[in-house]
Amino acid sequence: MNSHEKLSYINEIEKLKKELKDKNDLINQLNNSLNGDEKLPKVQSLDYSLNKEAISNLNNENILRYSRQLILPEIGVKGQLRLSNTSVLIVGAGGLGCPSAIYLAAAGIGTIGVVDYDEIELSNLHRQILHTESRTGLKKSASVAASCSNLNSSVKCIPYHTVLSSKNALELINQYDIIVDATDNVATRYLLNDAAVLCQKPLVSGSALKFEGQLTVYNYQNGPCFRCLFPKPPPPETVTNCSDGGVLGVVPGIIGSLQALEVIKIAIGLPDTFKQRLLLFDGLAGSFRNIGLRPRQKNCAVCGDDPSIKELIDYEQFCGAKADDKGKNLTILEQSQRISAKEFSEILKSKEKHLLIDVRSPVELEICDLGECLNIPIGSIEKEDQLKCIENTIKDNNINKVFVVCRKGNDSQIAVKFFQEKLTSLGICFQDIRGGLYAWQKSVDQSLPLY
Amino acid sequence: MLITLEFSGGAEMLFDNKKSHEVNLPDTEKWTIGSLLLWIRDNLLRDKPELFLQDDTIRPGILVLINDADWELYGQSEYVVEAKDKISFISTLHGG
Ligand SMILES: [Zn+2]
Repeated sequence: MNSHEKLSYINEIEKLKKELKDKNDLINQLNNSLNGDEKLPKVQSLDYSLNKEAISNLNNENILRYSRQLILPEIGVKGQLRLSNTSVLIVGAGGLGCPSAIYLAAAGIGTIGVVDYDEIELSNLHRQILHTESRTGLKKSASVAASCSNLNSSVKCIPYHTVLSSKNALELINQYDIIVDATDNVATRYLLNDAAVLCQKPLVSGSALKFEGQLTVYNYQNGPCFRCLFPKPPPPETVTNCSDGGVLGVVPGIIGSLQALEVIKIAIGLPDTFKQRLLLFDGLAGSFRNIGLRPRQKNCAVCGDDPSIKELIDYEQFCGAKADDKGKNLTILEQSQRISAKEFSEILKSKEKHLLIDVRSPVELEICDLGECLNIPIGSIEKEDQLKCIENTIKDNNINKVFVVCRKGNDSQIAVKFFQEKLTSLGICFQDIRGGLYAWQKSVDQSLPLY
Repeated sequence: MLITLEFSGGAEMLFDNKKSHEVNLPDTEKWTIGSLLLWIRDNLLRDKPELFLQDDTIRPGILVLINDADWELYGQSEYVVEAKDKISFISTLHGG
């Protein structure tokens, strides 16, 4: 076969492969709508009102089902009845919400409300363990409710597919006895805290990142609230989300399970909750530490003696950050300082002399890359020796074009701005690849793995 | 005077990713948490001091602990540091 024929076969194979991938995607999509949606419960509108008919005795089936916890003297029939007459609102159907919801369902909590605005993605499944492969693309709140009902059909599970906001929070929270903060961002944490204080509900708060987790009970039995501890929100640039910082699934699993335990203790009225205490869990060190916290602060803006916050405020404005854990899209650079992924692919093809700097971390570089590059992680761009390294590479190789790439196109802009300022004397044009590897995957090479 | 400093919840990233630091403070003065914070800024902090301190006190979102208890219980920056004290700086986590 001559080289011309060979090329046309290769092209044909590529074309067929792409068609196969498209068809497979379609099959998955159809499967999802076939298997998923029908089984998942309908999400509720916010004006749905809970019907709270008190349960006053346990039937034989319930006695058998809960027998192993019923015989604990701290629980007993009285405690079990309290559980079945308690309603819990779990805000966030993710890494914390999944384990806390399922343990509460198993223990026989009467009603579980689940609030989440998001849909299930493949990258959620390593920690959000109630969702399944066949449910990707479906509503998280409905998925958690379905899993809880499957485990214990006597538990009333109510999914709300909505963003918790200053407009709807009070109405929702007022209907429930105990609130679980299983959210993933600062703005929603302040919102939930204030709403819990205004509605006088205990707030069981958990958080996790990387290998670490934290747990506290706020606004319970005259203990402190989140604002008593943190009157001012953290500067947005100091806050890391799971998508950027990473998290090992079992860590929110542990914290979420502990949140369920705290809810059970509060529902039954057992002493020694995490009120005015903070649990610090370090999964790498294998340590649990118990921290004594300050009491409720008389001058607290929301729970103090003379509060200035008497209704919910604008929390995104207060925190200077969005009420989700999705990355932001920065625009720092002028258009002339940026090129598209497509344009950069042309430069690679033309073999034009250039330097590519990848500002992701070394572990990320191991996942995928755009070929030969200098790796200078964004966290260390300000280090003297790194700048020296760039300068030397440019001089030694007579380079006059430098491109900077990162995962999504934010860090690359920060880096270009910094390099351009620090290395002005080189007279070089630094440009970032707009949209980073995500844009590359979309417009140049679909086989690049996304993470 | 030997004391232990601990950083966690992400605060360790400002200190070479090291969570525990044994440090020896010069015995020339009486150390309070307030003066310790400035010592940390000048001696331990690599870069970006604004991510640790703001207006010469700890930035919002970091909880300071004195021997595993909230510094609020000990007069915050007024607390007089003693030998073998463990002072921790915990950045609050928000992921879930
Ligand atoms: Zn308060």
